[in-house]
Amino acid sequence: MQTIFSIAVDALAYGMVLFVISIGLSVTMGLMRVVNLAHGAFAMIGGYIASYAARDLGLGYGLAVLIAVFGTIVIAVPIERLLYRRIYGAPELTQVLMTIGITFCIIGIANYVFGPTLKTMPLPPGLRGSVDLGFRSIATHRLFAIACGLAVAVGLWYAIEKTAFGVKLRASVDNAAMAAALGVRTEIVYAVSFAVAVGLAALGGVVGAELLPVEPYYALRYMVTFLVVVSVGGAGSIPGALLACLLLGGIDTAGRYLMPEFGEFFFYLAVIAIVCVFPRGLAGRTR
Amino acid sequence: MTMATMNDTVATTTAPVKRRSFGRDLAGLAVILALAAIGYLLFPNNLALLTRITAIALLVLSLDLVTGYCGVATLGQAALFGSGAYAAGIAAVHFGITDPLLMLVSGVLGGAFAGLVCGVVILRAHGLPQLVLSIALIHLFHEFANKASSWTGGSDGLAGIAPDPLLGLFAFDLWGRTAYGFGIGLLAVVFALLRLIVRSPFGMLCRGIKEDPIRIRAMGASPRVAIVKMYVLSGAVAGVGGALNAISTQVVGLDSLSFTLSAESLVMLVLGGTGSLFGALAGTIVFMFFEDIVSAANPFHWLTMVGALLIAVVLFAPRGLYGTAAAFVARRREAGR
Amino acid sequence: MSAIFEVRNLKRSFGGLAVTDDVSLSMAPGDRVALIGPNGAGKTTFVNLVTGNLKADAGDVRIGGESVTHIDAIGRVRRGLVRSFQVTRLFHEMTPAEHVALAVLQRDGRAGRLFGHFLAMPDVMAEVGDLLGKLGLRELMHRRVSEIAYGQQRLLEIAVALALKPRVLLLDEPAAGVPQSDTGRIEEALADLPADLAVLMIEHDMDLVFRFAKRVIVLAAGAIIFDGTPSEVTRDQRVREAYLGSYANASHAA
Repeated sequence: MQTIFSIAVDALAYGMVLFVISIGLSVTMGLMRVVNLAHGAFAMIGGYIASYAARDLGLGYGLAVLIAVFGTIVIAVPIERLLYRRIYGAPELTQVLMTIGITFCIIGIANYVFGPTLKTMPLPPGLRGSVDLGFRSIATHRLFAIACGLAVAVGLWYAIEKTAFGVKLRASVDNAAMAAALGVRTEIVYAVSFAVAVGLAALGGVVGAELLPVEPYYALRYMVTFLVVVSVGGAGSIPGALLACLLLGGIDTAGRYLMPEFGEFFFYLAVIAIVCVFPRGLAGRTR
Repeated sequence: MTMATMNDTVATTTAPVKRRSFGRDLAGLAVILALAAIGYLLFPNNLALLTRITAIALLVLSLDLVTGYCGVATLGQAALFGSGAYAAGIAAVHFGITDPLLMLVSGVLGGAFAGLVCGVVILRAHGLPQLVLSIALIHLFHEFANKASSWTGGSDGLAGIAPDPLLGLFAFDLWGRTAYGFGIGLLAVVFALLRLIVRSPFGMLCRGIKEDPIRIRAMGASPRVAIVKMYVLSGAVAGVGGALNAISTQVVGLDSLSFTLSAESLVMLVLGGTGSLFGALAGTIVFMFFEDIVSAANPFHWLTMVGALLIAVVLFAPRGLYGTAAAFVARRREAGR
Repeated sequence: MSAIFEVRNLKRSFGGLAVTDDVSLSMAPGDRVALIGPNGAGKTTFVNLVTGNLKADAGDVRIGGESVTHIDAIGRVRRGLVRSFQVTRLFHEMTPAEHVALAVLQRDGRAGRLFGHFLAMPDVMAEVGDLLGKLGLRELMHRRVSEIAYGQQRLLEIAVALALKPRVLLLDEPAAGVPQSDTGRIEEALADLPADLAVLMIEHDMDLVFRFAKRVIVLAAGAIIFDGTPSEVTRDQRVREAYLGSYANASHAA
């Protein structure tokens, strides 16, 4: 019973971290139809910046998170303008090559600047302890991750469904040419979405550092994890991504608890099985 | 018009086409052998590197078959190469099959089987999900080899491979001369076979699938069956490379089943130019020499350089080194006419 | 004469809207039938249902008496039901000779061969030369398709279909997009189609329909409203309503 409860909490926390990181990828893929393998690299940049700010500069947790999010956006936006813009509408292979090239570059540079070691993120005292639920206590950090995930989900839902920008975004996802003809400046929609996506990736990278440790090969190690969220959830679908994250979080966490030896093996097996059964994703639109 | 005269006219129009491609086959083989000889003379103390390049060239050729000729984007091609390497290694270590040619056969079978599995799985989806499948597959193969350590040696690698002398005559010497000669021989044979295959009816069918699978279906052919078949062939070719690597280094490591090797083989292919066997070879040679020089200096810079190289190729030479050069020559020839 | 191609009570709806509504027709070898209808009548859906690219809700499709309802699109091609595309679907990097050779080899079950080259297969080349010659594409046979004119690409589309030796040929607007000056060549090719082949042509151009077809079927709102000779079709009241009604609506909307 205790194990099941621990698995459930960890799975939920892990799934929410995955969600925070991947949802931006899902939205930008639905919007720009770019196979972006470099998304995890932006989460990694966020983790590095936050770790540097908190550990080496001694700044507070909240401030470190803010610096990480905006720092990553500042780094990512020129990359979007200079490189991504060239591959919108290009063949899939071209997009794969470009974004994997960007990933390799970021890994190499991160290695050079920050060194090849694992980066830890000191937690503030408020997140260090655990919360007593009466019958069981939960690490506060897990709760914080879950809360972040929920906040992001609700915030995005509100932004997309209820705001003027959301209308333009949905129109552009649906049919970019039509939206442009109706006067939506898709370039700006793309740029803003990309910035938000990268910012969320950075946030997820920092908040999830306890679960997905920040190290140079982070971007490659979790590449398939983030991508599978999108391909299982369906590009551009928030409920789909949420469902996929919880599913994958559950599988991965259960695997690690119950079969620590073969956890990764079964995770990849499950990924293959899920994609084979749902080749268009759980909530994917048939095109 | 009678049949005889028609055949005559057809023959006269097609003869130059045939002659030209046959000439290119011979030229290709001559270039391989000449480069091999030059390599031998320039780097007599580094034949191990040259043999490694040969093995990787086979991997990149195998990738070209599915990516360049069928249009399947995959980041998991090392699964085929590594399976061939482990099949050859396991045959030697666990079953006492130490004849290099029999090890080669094991590698071919192992690679072809892995190709069949990967082909069937990868073709379940299209686009992004297909890519995800290919990445998940290479991780799965890697984890499997890691955990099945009683067979594969796990993360320590499969050591203790001691191949017999080739044909009972040529022992695998310390300087790697036999391994190098063996590798170049294999590469030449595979290259010649692939030149035939890509021009065969099946090769033509695959080019058609790459351009428009719907048209191929409307001709009554199944793109899926054809690509799976190509995957099996690709696996056999990658298996030759894997077996060569196992025989020449006498050890098989987990890195032969890695995502990095898969991604690098794709980089090499694109650097040289997809859809051309010459491109695959050119990309491998340039990349591997580059790697040898740079990664010796600093392995972290190496990854940055590969990334920058990829971006540069996508932006400035999307057809790759060979493709760009070939287009340039064709333009010059056109202008000269 | 026994039917080579039969469609019985074919039905398909999208979200409650019947796009193909109980369509039945039958064709004998040598038939030249035109399928016409106003925009949105469901011609494209009909073609996709018949070729197996879309699943029917109900009904039966038969080729040479054999039901192919549960056979996929590829299997139907292999049984002799071949289509051409409204917008040419050709391999731009390949030559006309390669297109026709690939179709011939595929028909004979030789497209999976790993060795040999079609240029060195006299029987294949004879057929390629013959077919391309008939369609006036012989001189272009080794050019790349991206280098030849659109009218010639349309002819090549017909050549590829014929190389598959179909029993039933569906021509989806064979002259669409071709400049007026080149349509004569396509009409000649249509007139020269094998005599025992059953041809169903979907077409907008009424001149072409009248010259080509011995029988006209009119589809409107997913249902067949007329099936008779070309001379009768212009006098049919329901056909007039379907067309003029749609024109009236169109002008109203505009």
